[in-house]
Amino acid sequence: MSKLVAFAAIQGAYNIVQKTEGKYAAALEKYGPEQKLEFPNTAYYLPIIYSLLGIPVKTLADAKKPLEVCRSLLPAHVKIQNHLPYLGPLLDAGMAAILAEEIAEAIRYVEDPDFYFTSEDVDLEKGKIWLGAAEDTVFRKRGVQFVDGSAPGFAAIVGAAPNPEIAKEIALEYQKRSIYTFMVANQGGTTFTEQLIEAGVEVGWNTRLVPFGPDISAAVFALGFANRAAMAFGGIKPGDYQKMLLYNKERIFAFVNALGEVNAEWAANAAGCVNWGFPTLADTDIPPILPTGVCTYEHVVPNVGHSEMVQRSVEVRGLKTTVATIDIPMAYGPAFEGERIRKGDMYVEMGGASKTPTFEWVASMDMDKVEDGKVEVIGPDLSTVKEGGTLALGIKVEVAGRKFQEDFEPILERQIHHLINYAQGLMHTGQRDIGMLRVSKEAMEKGFKLEHIGTILHGKLHQDFGAVFDKLQVKLYTDTKEVEKLRDAARKTYQTRDARVENMTDETTETYYSCTLCQSFAPNHVCVVSPERTGLCGAYNWMDCKASFEINPTGPNQPIEKGEVVDPKLGVFKGANDFVEKASRQAVQNVCFYSLMNDPMTTCGCCECIAAVLPSCNGVMTVHRDYTGETPIGMKFTTLAGEMGGGNQSPGFVGHAKYNIVQRKFLSGDGGLARMVWMPKSLKEELKERIDARGKEMGIPDFYDRIADETVGTSEEEIMPFLTEKKHPALEMDSIFG
Amino acid sequence: MSEEKKAVPEAVTTDQATIKMLHIAQERGQETIFDRAVKMKQCNIGTEGICCKICSQGPCRLPMTKAIKEGTEPDNRMGLCGATPETIAARNMVRMIAAGCSAHSDHGRGVAETFRAMAYGEAKDYTIKDEIKLREVAGYFGVETTVKEGDEEFPRDKWEVAREIADIALNQWGNQQGQMIYPGRAPQATQDRWVKQGVWPRGIDREVVEIMHRTHMGVDQDYRNLLKQGARCSLGNGWGGSMMATDLQDIMFGTPYPGTGNINLGCLSHNKINIIVHGHDPLLSEMIVAAVHTPDMIEYAKAQGAEGYIVAGMCCTANEILVRHGMPIAGDYLQQELAVVTGAVEAMVVDVQCVMENLANISECYHTKFVTTMPIAKCASGKNTVHIQFEEHHAMEKAKEIVKLAADNFKNRDAGKVCIPSDTNKMVVGFSTEAIKYHLGGTFRGSFVPLNDNIINGRIRGIVGVVGCNNARVEHDEVHIALIKELIRNDVIVLTTGCSAMACGKAGLLTPEAAAVYAGPGLAEVCETVGIPPVLHMGSCVDNSRILTAATEVIKAGGLGKELADLPAAGAAPGWMSEKAVGIGQYFVTSGVYVMLGVPLPIYGAPKLVKHVEEEMEELYGGKWDYEPDPIKSAHKLIAHLDKKRKALGIDTARERVLMDMADRQKIEAA
Repeated sequence: MSKLVAFAAIQGAYNIVQKTEGKYAAALEKYGPEQKLEFPNTAYYLPIIYSLLGIPVKTLADAKKPLEVCRSLLPAHVKIQNHLPYLGPLLDAGMAAILAEEIAEAIRYVEDPDFYFTSEDVDLEKGKIWLGAAEDTVFRKRGVQFVDGSAPGFAAIVGAAPNPEIAKEIALEYQKRSIYTFMVANQGGTTFTEQLIEAGVEVGWNTRLVPFGPDISAAVFALGFANRAAMAFGGIKPGDYQKMLLYNKERIFAFVNALGEVNAEWAANAAGCVNWGFPTLADTDIPPILPTGVCTYEHVVPNVGHSEMVQRSVEVRGLKTTVATIDIPMAYGPAFEGERIRKGDMYVEMGGASKTPTFEWVASMDMDKVEDGKVEVIGPDLSTVKEGGTLALGIKVEVAGRKFQEDFEPILERQIHHLINYAQGLMHTGQRDIGMLRVSKEAMEKGFKLEHIGTILHGKLHQDFGAVFDKLQVKLYTDTKEVEKLRDAARKTYQTRDARVENMTDETTETYYSCTLCQSFAPNHVCVVSPERTGLCGAYNWMDCKASFEINPTGPNQPIEKGEVVDPKLGVFKGANDFVEKASRQAVQNVCFYSLMNDPMTTCGCCECIAAVLPSCNGVMTVHRDYTGETPIGMKFTTLAGEMGGGNQSPGFVGHAKYNIVQRKFLSGDGGLARMVWMPKSLKEELKERIDARGKEMGIPDFYDRIADETVGTSEEEIMPFLTEKKHPALEMDSIFG
Repeated sequence: MSEEKKAVPEAVTTDQATIKMLHIAQERGQETIFDRAVKMKQCNIGTEGICCKICSQGPCRLPMTKAIKEGTEPDNRMGLCGATPETIAARNMVRMIAAGCSAHSDHGRGVAETFRAMAYGEAKDYTIKDEIKLREVAGYFGVETTVKEGDEEFPRDKWEVAREIADIALNQWGNQQGQMIYPGRAPQATQDRWVKQGVWPRGIDREVVEIMHRTHMGVDQDYRNLLKQGARCSLGNGWGGSMMATDLQDIMFGTPYPGTGNINLGCLSHNKINIIVHGHDPLLSEMIVAAVHTPDMIEYAKAQGAEGYIVAGMCCTANEILVRHGMPIAGDYLQQELAVVTGAVEAMVVDVQCVMENLANISECYHTKFVTTMPIAKCASGKNTVHIQFEEHHAMEKAKEIVKLAADNFKNRDAGKVCIPSDTNKMVVGFSTEAIKYHLGGTFRGSFVPLNDNIINGRIRGIVGVVGCNNARVEHDEVHIALIKELIRNDVIVLTTGCSAMACGKAGLLTPEAAAVYAGPGLAEVCETVGIPPVLHMGSCVDNSRILTAATEVIKAGGLGKELADLPAAGAAPGWMSEKAVGIGQYFVTSGVYVMLGVPLPIYGAPKLVKHVEEEMEELYGGKWDYEPDPIKSAHKLIAHLDKKRKALGIDTARERVLMDMADRQKIEAA
């Protein structure tokens, strides 16, 4: 009966709010009202409170108001007979519990700064297994997967399985479906996370098995993650709780698995999650709540067996997931992409530190030269290698098809990295002639052979790109000399390709491409990708969009005839504007491709970098996602991204790809690369070669050295003397404000 | 009256308290409406609506003969002037609509006038209790709720907002041209229909006056045209006078949210001063409730040897103070005389509507003071009748005067005559549109979506509003209860108001526990999830407007069509008796609702008019009238209607579970 759930959850909410009030009073006494309250390296303050109540909590004093809201949300207890309706009060109680827990967790960061390990990965040796709030670099990287669909949703696992084997099975099932598993709470001191570790499963963001915390209150990290996504990508304004929660219900496919006995505080949290449209499935005999409405389908489903937990969960949440069926002896799916294979677990290494030669090469062939599905291993197989040994590896994928174009080769080639990585027990890095592949001992025990790489590439490339080719065969070379010889041939192809893309210009290209991939999350955002303005996420250049369109003519990348050139300097094209207006649902009417001062392009929040105008310097700065420090604009990347995500135009700011910085059209409407006065050191170094090349083109060969970075300063005042000393060109240019 | 015909209590009602009190009244030789209904037969011609007495050349009576009925003789009936049975019955019917709408809307006018006095600081005893609703209502009237200073917006002073609302609202009664404002709250498609049919009202009073003109001798002699004006007038009430009454009352007295209460004569006390407030208007009763809680009045009661006060309601005044203050209900319309027969009522305080004149006579048999309070509702009968005129400007003072009168009367109670039945029932009441929204999702997710969803998935088959009066010509309470039980058994959720709500309360249908006992499995599951009874008490009869706003919310929540007529919803008034019921019924029909009556409209002597109201109106408005005296048959006609609407919406088959992948998700429109 729902009444019992309501009774328990309301009780639980009272406990949680009361405990938090106590904790708050003690903290206030000990640290004073000015004590900072935050989740390290995150934007959006305490994100649940900020997103739902619109209150930015920065200090202990700021937390007073939301805590009062919690108290006021607590409803009367449910009477046994002739009781009042309880669904609304139950959801309010749940919300009170969650809001209170967010404060409690923030206080924990003050009281016990080392409790959580702020990282993407756990550190088993030091016993640091609880990751707490995802820092923004992690959040943005992972958030993108919710945008592009490589992560359909998340399962919040509360409690622990009956034993480590069952825990491992459930986790593996979610991994196979690419669903993130967020782990919180304990069952009598046992946690699901520790069960996985015991069963030898790698946990951490990289394997999508995320240990948030050992207490139920860690649920706020999961919900906070969801709300941050809605603010960053969905453009939901803080305080607009209705839109926020409906966004979650409709677009974030999350749910709760309660494993083990459900206590009152768990019930309160489950009720809280229902506000988000996230249902709970339990393995115990708790009262069901089946009628639909607040969630898309059922709200509480009890007595779910462990073997059907995953399947039932996705069904109840209304989610369709596919399990890749690749005929190899290991599990396969995006969740295994980030898996690490350490030296001790490694059976063989190809390329990388082993210095053996490698290459990866997709080449188009005549139809009669390709036998579809054929996989050849030319040279010794892994069986000849001893444990801990090395081997050369050349992967040549030969493709044929009437629709296949040479332009598609690099696109298919770029898939090799993640397609191989998706296999459990394989770890791949790099591409082209700098690839590295490690195979784990476990994979070898399961029966992995080199030919399975062919199986993977043939199966997956057919699945994803079958529209553009007919036949595909894979040749795997392992003889060092043979590999070296073919690598030289491959290198020639790489050079030819690079020259082709780099020589394309916006002027000589009539068709640009849209990218609305992110609209599932950011409904008003639309990218237009031209040869000289690559996609702001860094993942889609013009060529990729073209291929994507050929592959899927009704997909997110549509050709746009650029049409009349309205303003060549700022990059305004009638065709592009018409498209953007329609695709943004009238939110954006005019876009300047080459300017951040005038109607800049919008961002979904997944941009690699954000450029911003620095008025005193008469120039611009840019900062990339991986740089967590301060910048001269006075905002970290996370804050900047928070300010401008969600498909809004914000003059003075623009999102862009790293590579775009060294494209000739980069901010050319505002003066171009010569305006660049500040970049994080790591980004500068990453692009050094290309910046130097562009510097030469601009007639400032030492331009690289004139750009300030954080070692010079992180405010306009601090970098100004440096710019003056270096005679930075921006100082001599016309005012950037036109 | 021992030789005279008397009612058999067990045959005329199923309510135990009523049965007990009827026996006592009969033993004491005190006649009640139940007895008179047995003694006095109804006029056959009047019940068929074919008696014309609008000029002194009549009354012209045009009885329907057997031959006409069977079609063996042509229907050449006409009055002196040539008026056909259709013209006569239509004139009678629209006059009933005019009277009914006048009653509710005049109540509304009183509320608006008090609201205005409050807003201008002239009625100090009233205040703004629900500021959120004030600002919401401001939106409907196009009154600004914020002020801009530079770029910043601030909330506008609530009194200023109230004053502007008051002036605009009050003007709705006398508005002569154009369109009334409040019907603009209806779903767009419903509004479009009204415009197309030319029934959007201009002003509340104007439409009533026009009815009186058009039904004068020798004016409108086209029954369809007459009924069209009836439709227009009804909207001025349902989407005007009544709705504004509800809203302005909510602002002044608070919007009802679910609370618990008691019902039936057992709520009267042996040791306390019993004051019954009876009628329909909460303006005075609100003050009486406040007055009995003041220290001086509590002291005053003790000085009279009483332990305190019971303020219990009857009729819709009862519903008003129940849903806002949890005050008990003594009984419904047909129980008003019996309340006095308990011998324990110090004052029967009445305002307007449904007050039987016989209260004056029956009060004479006891110490009960029969107190009339409204200048428009005095009573010439009875020695115990007193008139204490209520004035909104001195509301509390007048309320205390009445309370004192009752307290002073406590010592006159004759213990030998006191007989209070023990019957009372618990209930959960107060489901305003706002409350339903809240309880379907809480502060953060409150919306009608879960209701729609469960209608779409078939757990709930549809919604039926069962409302209206008691009628001494049909079995007391049972006509409501039998119908409602059959509906909920078939997974139909029932909304109720007025005396129908009281029948439900007495039968225990307004408790959450009733769902498991009486409701079908789907409805029971939803009730269990939300924690609600299967029958929702939405207030008084003027609050039928809440059903309109709730239905509008259902349309807004999506998935169940565009206009109110698309909804799997219907209305029923199984025991209606007053002209107000005809007014209400017509505004529901005009809004697109199928309305089922358990007592016939006085039109059945005019076959073409019957065809018009029972068939042709559906073409015009999407809703129509129907009549079926058997409650079970009537339930199934209502269910058939719901099924018809479900089919039209394509929700008559089981819904598939939609599993979304990324491609589906990308298709979701902007949030």
